[in-house]
Amino acid sequence: MPTEVERRRRPLFGGLDLSGALGRYASMLVLALGLFGLIIWINGKNPILSYRELFGSTLGSWYGFSEVLVAMTPMLITALAVALPSRIGLINVGVEGQLYMGACSATWGALTFSDAPAFILLPLLTLLGMLGGALWALVPGLLRAMGLVNETITTLLLNSVAPKLVAFFVFGFWHSPMDTNKTPNFVPAARLPTFFGTRIDFGLVIGLALLTIFWLVMKYTRWGLEMRAIGGNPEAALRNGVPLKAYIVGVLCAGGAIAGLAGMAQVSGYYGVLLTGFSRGVGFVGFLISWLSFGDPLGIVLTSFLVAVITTGGSMLQLTTALPYAIINILLAVALFVVLSGINLFPKRKSA
Amino acid sequence: MKDKPEPAIPESLLSLRGIHKSFGAVHANEAIDLDIFASQVLALLGENGAGKSTLVKILYGFYQADAGTIEYRGEKVNIKSPHDARALQIGMVFQTFNLIPAFTVAENIALFYPELKEVFDITQISKQIEVLSERYSLSVDPRALVRDLSIGDQQKVEILKLLISDARILILDEPTRVLVPHEIKALFKIIDNLRADGYAIVLITHKMNEVMEIADRVAVLRKGRLAGLLPIEDASEGLLVELMFGRKVAEFQGIKSAWVSVEVTPLLVLEAVSTQAQGTEVSLQNINLNIRPGEIVGITGVSGNGQRELADVVLGKLRPESGAITLNGEDISRYSIGSIRSRGVAFIPENPLWMAVAPFMTVLENFTVPNIRRYARLGGLRIDWQAARRDYAHSMEALEFEFPLLSPARSLSGGNLQRMVIARELAHQPKMIIASYLTSGLDVRSAIAGRMALVQARDQGAGVMLFSDDLDELFAISDRLIVLQGGRIMGEFKPADTTFQEIGYLMTGSEAEHAY
Repeated sequence: MPTEVERRRRPLFGGLDLSGALGRYASMLVLALGLFGLIIWINGKNPILSYRELFGSTLGSWYGFSEVLVAMTPMLITALAVALPSRIGLINVGVEGQLYMGACSATWGALTFSDAPAFILLPLLTLLGMLGGALWALVPGLLRAMGLVNETITTLLLNSVAPKLVAFFVFGFWHSPMDTNKTPNFVPAARLPTFFGTRIDFGLVIGLALLTIFWLVMKYTRWGLEMRAIGGNPEAALRNGVPLKAYIVGVLCAGGAIAGLAGMAQVSGYYGVLLTGFSRGVGFVGFLISWLSFGDPLGIVLTSFLVAVITTGGSMLQLTTALPYAIINILLAVALFVVLSGINLFPKRKSA
Repeated sequence: MKDKPEPAIPESLLSLRGIHKSFGAVHANEAIDLDIFASQVLALLGENGAGKSTLVKILYGFYQADAGTIEYRGEKVNIKSPHDARALQIGMVFQTFNLIPAFTVAENIALFYPELKEVFDITQISKQIEVLSERYSLSVDPRALVRDLSIGDQQKVEILKLLISDARILILDEPTRVLVPHEIKALFKIIDNLRADGYAIVLITHKMNEVMEIADRVAVLRKGRLAGLLPIEDASEGLLVELMFGRKVAEFQGIKSAWVSVEVTPLLVLEAVSTQAQGTEVSLQNINLNIRPGEIVGITGVSGNGQRELADVVLGKLRPESGAITLNGEDISRYSIGSIRSRGVAFIPENPLWMAVAPFMTVLENFTVPNIRRYARLGGLRIDWQAARRDYAHSMEALEFEFPLLSPARSLSGGNLQRMVIARELAHQPKMIIASYLTSGLDVRSAIAGRMALVQARDQGAGVMLFSDDLDELFAISDRLIVLQGGRIMGEFKPADTTFQEIGYLMTGSEAEHAY
């Protein structure tokens, strides 16, 4: 039987149905912005001016654009951490927790080996970050493979454990002399390089590279083929000799490792310090983006960009007009509804 | 059956005139005129892809005809959806059943109720089921969970669904392919009763003897056109085959049985193998079985008596609780499916869509998955599609099958899927072949090709386990016959030394008197 995931995934970019995909995305934009405009208008603001503000502040200047890319970086990686397991029908809701654990173990490395040069320290932090996330995903993976508990539930539950574990380490051992809720700043050697004098860091490169690798693996390799076989029909894949349990554990751990990498990139690139409760739900945004783009790599890039424009612009909007930030969440939710309901305002004309 | 009183002048319930349907360049149905009468069984015959399924799907509202009219009791109607069809008292039993395994029979039927009340009385529905069961000898327990029912009983539930929802025209899509002889007998008795009560029945089948036994009229489709429409009195098996294929085919000719001496070292040995049943499985009990190279061992039994479990335990999907399985002298009872298959074990399952292919992947990709070790290059970084393509084409050619490489597997019809799986599994000279219901869903010619392929593999030294309910097939091509009942081996025979009756008796145990 085709899995729910497989049934939902329509051909997007790279598939045959390019115009259909574009139509869907255009519909998403038109409907979401229309409904959102209505909400702004009800709030007593001028929607057109607000939109000009939103897009002008993000796409209108190099600084604004660079901030969009900064916001987009963790989204790319966390969306991939959801998209990869979804290919074999696993629903990884635990990216937020895996991201915290990745950040936590990377921070341990940054604080412990702070004397090491950057070319040793950064690969080490990367590895540690991936390891932390992977270990956090190992438990749900094993439980699922043994047929005991559904991974959706376990990954979700572990989300609320991870930040507390991080807080335990920060409050208990790692906090700087001045603060209780964050570590000392990382040494420069433990920071990811940034580009063009902006806050864009190497995490963006990592994210784009991972998505490219993901696409290549799914399309060209043995593992991609076997994963698609599992996603298409687990029962048949098993009887055809695909090691199903190994894939369940391995792929969920790989998803966790990618999420952990996102955490490492956040603390080593963006923040340069581990702050308790730093993430504010970027793991969940990744989940949203992955489903909005049906796990398609190019779709993840485009959707991440769009969501980054909206969230970055939303922060600006909050400063310049008196609209609350929560309104941005409404916009994202509307976008999700529109995409998942599959509305297409611009249906392709069937050629007679 | 022929001696029953002639029904009064048959009433034409449905009239199809000039039905035409094409998919792209393929004309699935062309200029089809057909009448469906009350109190009659109309058999629809045809090769795989002849357009039978398309035609009944038009009747049931899944497709709309491109041209042509449908009249219901003399009035022109437009059947746009299954809902419309049901309003016209048309009901259909599909090849794959639409039942919810975790629900009881009554609950499943309640779901299908035309006007289910918000608060419904399941006991009342159960009573209704019992009344109908009684009347048409369906014998189904409304309180049983569907997942605990045999395939034959599930089919009865599907028929009950239609009866309760007041359908008068019943379309049965290859109802017998999943049934064993005595179940077929029971089904035909049900059909007989329904016919006597004025129901119109459209029966799709591949099996000539069934047509001759039960049908009142036969419509033969070939390449989308009506090749013949004749009352059963004028039909003979030879004539029907000729109408289907346009040329004569001999079904079991040229197959010689091979009797492999017991001295030969067996390929596969099951020694006192027992399993513990999980859920609806059957426990295998103390199975001792040798398969020698160069022989086909036919395994039969009423469906759900351990056939699937026996195949699964050899394949490595099921772990034996006790006993040992050796392949070529190597103990494989703890090996993974992947490593067992890589030792030359091929598996042709009973339900290809469920157990063999990923429907959204292309035919070529599906071909490659079980043989991935063979085509992976650079440790798995690359797949040698050229080689896969070549092997695939070669295997298809050997079997005289042909279909597109790059369409998704789900676009193939049931019979074609089965052919694809046969081509895939026989592509690499397997040592050991587990074939479950190899020819179910195949038309006569493909079934011959499939069987010949097995015989050929046997002659090249492969050992074959052939699970089947088709006793004609088993007697024709197997070298030894095993009967399973309740997870036990009830007997072992040379086909020449036994009879259908003996096998049937062992298959059904105490039910033998009813079956034969």
